[in-house]
Amino acid sequence: MSTAGVLPAEDDAAELPVVPARTVRPGRWVAAAAATLFLAWLAYTIIVSPNLHWDVVVGNQFDHRILTGLWVTIALTVVSMTVGVLLGVLTAVMQLSGNVVLRGAASLYTWFFRGTPLLVQLIFWFNFALVFPQIGIGIPFGGPKLVEWQTNALITPFVAGLLGLTINEGAYMSEIVRAGINAVDPGQREAAEALGMSHAQVLRRVVLPQAMRVIIPPTGNQFISMLKTTSMVSVIAGADLLTVAQHIYLDNFEVIALLIVASVWYLLLTTIASVGQHFVEKRFNRGHGGLPRRIGRNLLPFTRRERLV
Amino acid sequence: MSTATAEPMVRIRSVRKRFGPLEVLRGVSLDVPDSGVVCVIGPSGSGKSTLLRCVNRLETIDAGRIWVDGELIGYREVGGRLHALPPRELNRQRAKIGMVFQRFHLFPHRTAAENVAEGPVTVQGMGKRQARDLAAELLERVGLADRAHHYPAQLSGGQQQRVAIARSLAMRPKIMLFDEPTSALDPELVQEVLAVMRDLAEGGMTMIVVTHEMNFAREVGDHLVFMDDGAIVEQGVPREVLAEPRHERTRAFLGQVL
Repeated sequence: MSTAGVLPAEDDAAELPVVPARTVRPGRWVAAAAATLFLAWLAYTIIVSPNLHWDVVVGNQFDHRILTGLWVTIALTVVSMTVGVLLGVLTAVMQLSGNVVLRGAASLYTWFFRGTPLLVQLIFWFNFALVFPQIGIGIPFGGPKLVEWQTNALITPFVAGLLGLTINEGAYMSEIVRAGINAVDPGQREAAEALGMSHAQVLRRVVLPQAMRVIIPPTGNQFISMLKTTSMVSVIAGADLLTVAQHIYLDNFEVIALLIVASVWYLLLTTIASVGQHFVEKRFNRGHGGLPRRIGRNLLPFTRRERLV
Repeated sequence: MSTATAEPMVRIRSVRKRFGPLEVLRGVSLDVPDSGVVCVIGPSGSGKSTLLRCVNRLETIDAGRIWVDGELIGYREVGGRLHALPPRELNRQRAKIGMVFQRFHLFPHRTAAENVAEGPVTVQGMGKRQARDLAAELLERVGLADRAHHYPAQLSGGQQQRVAIARSLAMRPKIMLFDEPTSALDPELVQEVLAVMRDLAEGGMTMIVVTHEMNFAREVGDHLVFMDDGAIVEQGVPREVLAEPRHERTRAFLGQVL
């Protein structure tokens, strides 16, 4: 029509209101209605069911034995995760070292403890006295002992549970940490070395803080998973939340009610941990901008508004 | 270039380096006088970056020797033998040699000011407050006083490279090595980095600059080195080498880039 490149100004500049397309999706409405109906039926059944004994649930939710078990579960999780992470960092650093013996030892450790069931490991630590009746400090290979203890006195169910969970966790964490360290740009190491930093300084000041960005999300998952994995120590009478719930229902036969009591606490703990995970991820995401993915969106109501820099 | 009387700041002698079957440096020798600015040009794969990385021993060398400020880099000469230096000694030597990378390599988890303060605090044990003042002073010098609390991801490439220069300067280096400092930058950001480098050169800093910026080499450099295939092919006063290259390979290279 007109000469190329020159368009009538009014056509271009006019701002037209945008009307979103209205699509009717009957299938979606039907599905939503069905889901609502199902959830309502489920809630109704659960509330009125004579078999669920809600009064027993409420009566036991804050029972002092349950609360003691809750603390044991929290202690097992926090200690085994903390030491497990440190063990994982140590193993990962060994695995990346130039020394063949260190690398081999680290590989052997992860291979063995990831390759055998945690349940087996827990029972093994519980029965450690069958292998070593006494534990002592002294000269190895049959030399004299400075101090010596009876293994059974030392390895209580709690200690056995802690050993099993920690050592198992360390093996899994080492793989997570190794992946994190490998994800750091090699140029970062060079820049740090060019400043004259020692190997330890490069690792502590430059490599590990950046590896954290990659390490934190799976570690949060490990933590949440660990909150529930601790229930495995119930097989060695670990005195944790599930163990005490079992003790109570073996007395009063309220199996389901006490499983609900325990589950309510597990859900509360994992929910708190998820919120915590979000804040930790945000902290270690410094300098990378933006909220961390899906979890950031889901937990948006919990966070303060992003500060403008 | 170097006068016969003064000891050069950097002395490179017969340096050889191979990566597997590939010999990337075939006996390179070069002197850089105190306060001298040497620009190194050449096609990619000519060994110019490797030469630079050998000076602060990011790469080990297979033969030859390098001295910086009269000190043999990476070795101690005892009884006619070269003994590799322990890591602590090597780190002490590196701390005196500033290095600026093509892709900046700022620490992304630290602000501009923290990046600059990192070396003095971690390596030299400088107090936090003193390091913060030093960082502020150096960021001012590279024109980024108002960006001190920005993270690298919030800065343009040119700004990041200027922070990287400030980070190196914070160690009070004897010499500065620049490894294609403007090659990763958008064209409109190159000049701000070159301006900072020009400023440094005028301040008397000894510099080795691997670059493709022929104007910078001509105007700021005291000496120009053309490398090809792991060896120095031609060197001299930048203006002369660029205007009347004597060697065929230099002519061919300059014909492509100018």
